[in-house]
Amino acid sequence: MQQTRAVELGTGLFVLLGIGALFFLTTQTTGGNDFSASETVEVEARFENVGSLKRRAPVSMAGVTIGRIVTVEFDPATLEAVVVFIIDSKYDQIPDDSDASILTAGLLGSQYIALQPGGSETFLENGSEIMFTQSAIVLENLIGKYLFNRESGSDDE
Amino acid sequence: MFREIYYAVLEFLRTFGALQLFFLRLLQHSPSILFRRFGLVVKQVHNAGALSIVIIMVCGLFVGGVLGLQGYSNLARFNAEDSVGTFAAFALIKELGPVITALLFAGRAGTALASEIGLMKATDQLSAMEMMAVNPMRRILVPRFLGGVISMPLLAAVFSTIGLFGAHLVGVNLLGVDVGAFWQQIQQTLDMADIYEGVVKSVVFGVVASLLAVWEGYNAIPTAEGVGRATTRTVVITAIAVLFFDFLITAIVL
Repeated sequence: MQQTRAVELGTGLFVLLGIGALFFLTTQTTGGNDFSASETVEVEARFENVGSLKRRAPVSMAGVTIGRIVTVEFDPATLEAVVVFIIDSKYDQIPDDSDASILTAGLLGSQYIALQPGGSETFLENGSEIMFTQSAIVLENLIGKYLFNRESGSDDE
Repeated sequence: MFREIYYAVLEFLRTFGALQLFFLRLLQHSPSILFRRFGLVVKQVHNAGALSIVIIMVCGLFVGGVLGLQGYSNLARFNAEDSVGTFAAFALIKELGPVITALLFAGRAGTALASEIGLMKATDQLSAMEMMAVNPMRRILVPRFLGGVISMPLLAAVFSTIGLFGAHLVGVNLLGVDVGAFWQQIQQTLDMADIYEGVVKSVVFGVVASLLAVWEGYNAIPTAEGVGRATTRTVVITAIAVLFFDFLITAIVL
C-alpha cells in the first residue's frame, strides 16, 4: 500500500510538472521583471510614433539600463502614443527636461528608450511627463527620404 | 542474389504490416484500459515518465545552455545578441525539445519496456497469463504503451521549459543579455502555432517510441541474447523513426 501511494504521488507530481511546463510555454509567463528595484518612479512620455516598442523593453541612460517600459498605449484625443515607464528611484537626479528617443539595439535588435540628460535644476519624479521626445526611426521613411533627396539633387545639376 | 533481395523486401513488408496490425490492436484495447484499469496506466506513467524526469531536466538545462552560448557568439556578429532568447526558444520548442526528449525517452524508458516485456516472454510469464485467461495484451502491453504516450508530451514540455531557463542562465546571467529584451523578443516572435507544432511532434514521437519499444519486447527471441538484441533494436529503430517523422511533420507544417 505504501508502495502504491509513493508511485501515485510521484506520478501526480510528474504530471503536474509537465502540465505546468506546458502552461508556461503556452502563456510564456515571463519570469522577466528582473529589473528589480524596490522603489521606482513612474514617468510618462508621448511619441508621434513608437515603431515596434513593446512593454518590458529597457529604458537606458548613457547606455545603462535604468528602467523598464510598463505600458505602450494610444491616446485617441491627441493621436499620440503614450509610453509609461518606471525608473529605479535611486537615480533621482535626472533633469526633468531630459529628452527621450526610441532607438534600436543593433541592426536587428529590439527597440528601447534612451534618455538624453537636459540641464534643468528640477528632477524627474513620480508622474512627471517628458516633454521632449523623438519618435522611432522608421527605416522605410528614411530610405524614402534618401531616395527622394537624391532624385531632387540630380535635377539641380 | 535477386532472390535474396526479393525475400528481404518481402520479409520487411511482412514485419511492417504486422507492426501496423499490432498498433491497431493496441489502439483497440486502449480506451477500455484507460477507463477501467487506470491504475495500471498510472503505474506505467510513473515508470516511463516520473522516473525519466531527472535525466530530462539535466539534459534540458545543458542543451538550453549550449543554445545560449552558440546563439550568443554567432548573433553577436550582427549585434543581435538580444535575439538569443528567440533563437533558443524556436530551436527548443519546435525541434530539440521533442526530438532529444524522444531519443532520451527511447534510451531511458524504451529499453526498460523492451527488456521487461522480452524477459517476461523469455521466462514464459506471458504464456502463463494466457493460461490463466488473462490477456497479456491488455494486462501488460497496452498500459505500458499508454504510459509512454501520456508521458512523452509532458517530458518534452518540461525539457523545453528547462532548456529556456538554461538559455536564460547562460544568456542573461552569464553573458549579460538584457533580460527584458530576452523574454520580450521570445513573446514577440513565438506563435501559438509554434508551440502547437512542438506538442504535435512530441505526441507523435511518444506513440512511435512506445509502440516500437512494446513491439520489440513482445517479439523478442525468448533467450538472453534475444532480449539483449531487442533492447538494442528498440533504441536504433526508435531513433531512425523519430528523426524520420520529425522531418515529415516539419515538412507538412511548413
